Amino acid sequence: MTVSIDTRDTVRALSGAVYKYGFVTEIEADEAPPGLSEATVRFISAKKDEPEWLLEWWLTAFRAWQKMTQPDWAKLKLAPIDYQAASYYSAPKLNPGPKSLDEVDPELLRTYEKLGIPLKEREALAGVAVDAVFDSISVATTFKQQLADLGIIFCSFGEAVREHPDLVRKYLGTVVPQTDNLFAALNSAVFSDGSFAYVPPGVRCPMELSTYFRINAAKTGQFERTLLIADRGSYVSYLEGCTAPQRDENQLHAAVVELVALEDAQIKYSTVQNWYPGDAEGRGGIYNFVTKRGACRGARAKISWTQVETGSAITLKYPSCILEGDHSIGEFYSVAITNNLQQADTGTKMIHIGKDTRSTIVSKGISAGRGQNTYRGLVRVQPRAAGARNHTQCDSLLIGDKCGAHTVPYIEIRNPTARVEHEATTSKISDDQLFYCRQRGLTPEDAVSLIVNGFCKDVLRELPMEFAVEAQKLLAVSLEGSVG
Amino acid sequence: MEFPSLMLEIRNLHARLGDGREILKGIDLAVTAGEVHAIMGPNGSGKSTLAAVLAGREGYEVTAGEVTYLGRDLLALAADERAREGLFLDFQYPVEIPGVNNMYFLRAALNAQRRHRGEPELDAGQFLRAVRAKLKELEIGEDLLQRAVNVGFSGGEKKRNEIFQMAMLEPRLAILDETDSGLDIDALRVVATGVNRQRRSDRAIILITHYQRLLNYVEPDRVHVLLAGRIVESGDKSLALELERGGYAAFGSVG
Ligand SMILES: Nc1ncnc2c1ncn2[C@@H]1O[C@H](COP(=O)(O)OP(=O)(O)O)[C@@H](O)[C@H]1O
Ligand SMILES: [Mg+2]
Repeated sequence: MTVSIDTRDTVRALSGAVYKYGFVTEIEADEAPPGLSEATVRFISAKKDEPEWLLEWWLTAFRAWQKMTQPDWAKLKLAPIDYQAASYYSAPKLNPGPKSLDEVDPELLRTYEKLGIPLKEREALAGVAVDAVFDSISVATTFKQQLADLGIIFCSFGEAVREHPDLVRKYLGTVVPQTDNLFAALNSAVFSDGSFAYVPPGVRCPMELSTYFRINAAKTGQFERTLLIADRGSYVSYLEGCTAPQRDENQLHAAVVELVALEDAQIKYSTVQNWYPGDAEGRGGIYNFVTKRGACRGARAKISWTQVETGSAITLKYPSCILEGDHSIGEFYSVAITNNLQQADTGTKMIHIGKDTRSTIVSKGISAGRGQNTYRGLVRVQPRAAGARNHTQCDSLLIGDKCGAHTVPYIEIRNPTARVEHEATTSKISDDQLFYCRQRGLTPEDAVSLIVNGFCKDVLRELPMEFAVEAQKLLAVSLEGSVG
Repeated sequence: MEFPSLMLEIRNLHARLGDGREILKGIDLAVTAGEVHAIMGPNGSGKSTLAAVLAGREGYEVTAGEVTYLGRDLLALAADERAREGLFLDFQYPVEIPGVNNMYFLRAALNAQRRHRGEPELDAGQFLRAVRAKLKELEIGEDLLQRAVNVGFSGGEKKRNEIFQMAMLEPRLAILDETDSGLDIDALRVVATGVNRQRRSDRAIILITHYQRLLNYVEPDRVHVLLAGRIVESGDKSLALELERGGYAAFGSVG
């Protein structure tokens, strides 16, 4: 995927308006009236013509959600959310479910082109298949046929429910239960679409699979569901990108991602999160409250999360690994940036259940402006997990003196043979470093971006090539205005 | 292209630290294109401060005086503008930048300067070819390029790397701050080679040192003695030899 951002100069030319994806697409939409009730859930189900079992699943989640309260343990300033003010469904009106890319509304194709994601296959980036999710529904999926030839299923969630109900029912909610937390329950009650992928035994997926999330409509949230299954001995690399228009009110994005890796399977999941972060005074921006979790269900399975979190007004997410299979491996590589008044509380949970399971956590938090950045991570070693090992490296970088960085590691060890290491550092970009770079001709902005990219290197190098370049540019853009 | 032959002119430069302590107490110095000037003086006399003020480092306040560089008011330019205008400072203590590849750093710097001059940027391949030629000249191993900027470099490696950067950036005015200190004889020879190759009729070099050792390899046109924030004596290369024999005591008390 190429979320192509031009040079920084172009961005600067926008004089302050540094968020490049803040435009709105004028398109006729089908919307649910604001508010959330059982009737809303039934309305969405009817709209999507979903099967009865899924409606029941949603209603169960909805009833659980009603009894839950907003978590208060995160280090966030967050006013109570008015769930009745938002609309829970907005879908561009289109000829019911485009059969081929040629039938997709040209206005949508133009939108994705503007975002740097051409959906026409002959123009698309070679080696990347895209599922494009626009507000509440998936509008297009590319390269489906080539993938199907290998037995790989890659489609919108809605299509998976229709075409592959057995697979969906077998795995949905098995990694993130409906009642996991408030936001997961909300998602489980109203998720209207998302992406689905299944890679059959022994198949190495020949291209990157990706989902591009776009929120367009005002006063709606986005609640998509991703379910990814790597069967025995298979491999898949998955990319996720996202943007939203620039608006003064906050919009909620509460996604759930579930990954299942069976014996000897590997899943690499990469996110570059660039939701609208709000303006310099903290007005507007996306609340990014997502639940992402993967289960290594068989021996030697491996799940690797890489995230670059630059956007959103508030980010609350902990992509986690449940290491059930013996010798299974979990990895979490994260860069989180908070500038201006952005807040992030992010990290991971590594749950060691099987023997000789291994996990690696590398977290790089960057705070600028008045941003607040918290790493929160749990490493738990269960009694059966003999020989479990974890290494955590948690580094914070401060730019300026009005921002904050916090590290909150939880370590729970119930097996004496476990080896768990935690290293943490906090540093500032020094005047010496800035001067050294500037003395060689780099502008202060380029100097900061260079130093920050160096700081993040251990994470960025985990990203697929195409994404890494974008991520680097994005880091630079996100830090615009952080040095004076 | 025509170059003004007067490259740098410092008149009555006074500068103090944030705490109010005056370090430079009226410096006068004129450097003509094509020349090599040596500035010598004991520790604490203000040599590095002079270099820092010329390079535009923050934290110093210029309270009086003027500096003209290639006909422009140098003090009005930001540090990075000065660099892009061809002023290079070889750091006495080069700075570590973890995670930033040495070669990537240098290419970013070179391209920033080329853009400023309206020249096309060098892509990775072109840059690598240019780099290889210089590495050979300076007897620097290619592995140095792939390491993070100055991280874990030995003292000698840091100094060679500074000289290598200078060779690649080809500045109009290079200020070398104690590049020779702490070098063994082989490294010193390499550094001297680098400096001598930098000599050209349209460039100038200021060598800051408190030993005369480097001057055996790089012959200066002028030698100045800096003492307690003032240039107390200027002369030709024989002045350096005089200092070597008699020390700074002959020029008055330090302080
Ligand atoms: N940034 C600084 N902060 C505090 N003191 C400084 C700073 N720069 C220079 N000085 C002081 O100024 C004086 C001159 O130092 P310097 O210019 O480094 O001398 P030299 O390079 O000739 O040894 C010394 O007393 C030194 O301690
Ligand atoms: Mg000094």
